[in-house]
Amino acid sequence: MPDEKSPFLKYLREDRLPTIFCPGCGIGTIINSFLKGVNEAELDFDNLALVSGIGCSSRIPGYIQSDSLHTTHGRAISFATGLKVSNSDLDVVVFTGDGDAASIGGNHLIHAARRNINLTVICINNNIYGMTGGQISPTSPKGSFGSTAPYGTTDNPFNLAELVATAGASYSARWTTLKIHHVVRSIKDALKNPGFSFVEVISQCPTYFGRKNKLRSPVDMISYMKNNTVFKAQVPSLSRKELEGKIIVGEFANTKKPEFVENIKELSKSKSDSEPIQNSAYLEEF
Amino acid sequence: MVKELFIQGNEACAEGALKAGCRFFAGYPITPSTEVAETLAIKLPAYKGSFVQMEDEIGAAGAIIGGSWGGSKSMTATSGPGFSLMQENIGYAFMSETPIVIVDVQRGSPSTGQPTMVGQGDMMQARWGSHGDYEPIALSPSSVQEFFDFTVEAFNLAEKFRTPVFVMADEIVGHMREKIIIPDKIDIVPRKMPESQKDFLPFKNNGINPMPSFGEGFDIHVTGLTHDERGYPDANNPKTHDTLVRRLSSKILDNKKDIVSTQKDFCEEADIVVVSYGAPFRSALNAVNIARDDGLKVGSFKLNTPWPFPEAEIREISKNASHIIVVEMNLGQIYWEVERVACSNSKTHLIGKIGGEIPKPNEILAEIKKVGGN
Repeated sequence: MPDEKSPFLKYLREDRLPTIFCPGCGIGTIINSFLKGVNEAELDFDNLALVSGIGCSSRIPGYIQSDSLHTTHGRAISFATGLKVSNSDLDVVVFTGDGDAASIGGNHLIHAARRNINLTVICINNNIYGMTGGQISPTSPKGSFGSTAPYGTTDNPFNLAELVATAGASYSARWTTLKIHHVVRSIKDALKNPGFSFVEVISQCPTYFGRKNKLRSPVDMISYMKNNTVFKAQVPSLSRKELEGKIIVGEFANTKKPEFVENIKELSKSKSDSEPIQNSAYLEEF
Repeated sequence: MVKELFIQGNEACAEGALKAGCRFFAGYPITPSTEVAETLAIKLPAYKGSFVQMEDEIGAAGAIIGGSWGGSKSMTATSGPGFSLMQENIGYAFMSETPIVIVDVQRGSPSTGQPTMVGQGDMMQARWGSHGDYEPIALSPSSVQEFFDFTVEAFNLAEKFRTPVFVMADEIVGHMREKIIIPDKIDIVPRKMPESQKDFLPFKNNGINPMPSFGEGFDIHVTGLTHDERGYPDANNPKTHDTLVRRLSSKILDNKKDIVSTQKDFCEEADIVVVSYGAPFRSALNAVNIARDDGLKVGSFKLNTPWPFPEAEIREISKNASHIIVVEMNLGQIYWEVERVACSNSKTHLIGKIGGEIPKPNEILAEIKKVGGN
């Protein structure tokens, strides 16, 4: 490739590059898709607030030139809830992973979906704990291997996009790093949806998931995705056996529902003469 | 206009929060603190603020940290079990220098313990509950008026030092009703927005930094990882960690004079001093007054701020006092701090009452007479 710089480089904290991500990791693809999605949604970049928990995917906000809150393990959505309620003008985006969002943070995830609070949660699901060295996660496929499942896991995995849709989110979708145009469009739709939006991106971790599951190269992992992806619309025509082990992609929710912070604003307007005051901590008098 | 109210301690706490500028509360129901949340659920909308009932106390602590970076003075209220759940995020707030106020209306403990009965068993949890080295500020009210005043003060200290502050109340102070006076004008400390976005270092190695809120163009990165002056993770650098954690401690310890608050009654010539905080102070002062009527040289020393511990003040007292009696509703938490500071000068004694009842004046009086040789 010629010396041409990426048009998105200006959105990154260049003084923090290179990233900590392993060669072949899907996170770079997702950062790119996210920046494209923000552009296509025509959001004001200065208005973004990125929140994350702990894990590989939670390191993303540290590389993006934006206000960013890198919080405790599993709790990003609760921090994001306070941030959004406190300043509803912000476009608050949470980056999380399968361990962070679905295991330790599962409670916050379903409750934020229930409230339909206007947050966009991008969950990078690589079916394993990468940062700590390859332990199984709540989305690891049954029978897959991890350092804490040396004989193959017997746990049943969560179906995250469906779980979040069932919990009440107004937008929920699953895609893979293989087809980034789906990811970009979905992130755009999620950012524009005035409610809780969940985008699950199935991503490759060749370093841990691949190594422990005979998919050592990024190409092996991407090929696996390619050969095992089924569109949601196809599901009714397939048997249970045909669907076994398949990655079902598509939208699991896309509806309009009352939004949590708007309800708080309405309450404030009905009890006082205005919406909640922003940046009130800086006021000298009350 | 000055307002006089006859209200419950937990309601006074909520009133203090509103007066101090608290405009975001996130909490989870727990006895005996729930009335703080209930009062703010009623009042915050009228004060152009926001109330959220979270899914648990971990979420409540997270939400108020997020709320604080969103530009609102933020608070939660809980009791022992909820305080335990909050500890990881409390450590995050210390590390990220986020001003928040956490009210703990203490009950009988450990574990679920005595939900409706009084205790003071969380004092060391306020000191050391989260992992790592940090210097907390905690205030303990002993009356409904003080629950109001100390909540205001907690917000002011949180903003002044960009740090979490605890109001370590107890079930008695939380649930009793007394008259309080709310002055017309109250001094509050507003947050300071940094002057310029250019070259702004949010975590400069220089005491206490101004704090921008999100969405103001500062592109701030906030993390619980060891970070440099820009806020960028630098976790494998021993020097960065040492510099950061020492600064976080010294910004409190170097300002103890501004933070520490005590109330001394008759301590100057006292041979016996009764040390207390929170509700037991009421019994302690009563016992001291009775003992003084009996001609004993007794004084009362009250810790308005158990943390940072008023070492210099206790050491000073110990120079005159042969005996120091610590009265608290646990099996000895602040007692060991007093013993550590005073042991070379005074003999220390503990009245550690658990079970859910306040130590009564006659119990304290009996101990005063025992150590005083009468």
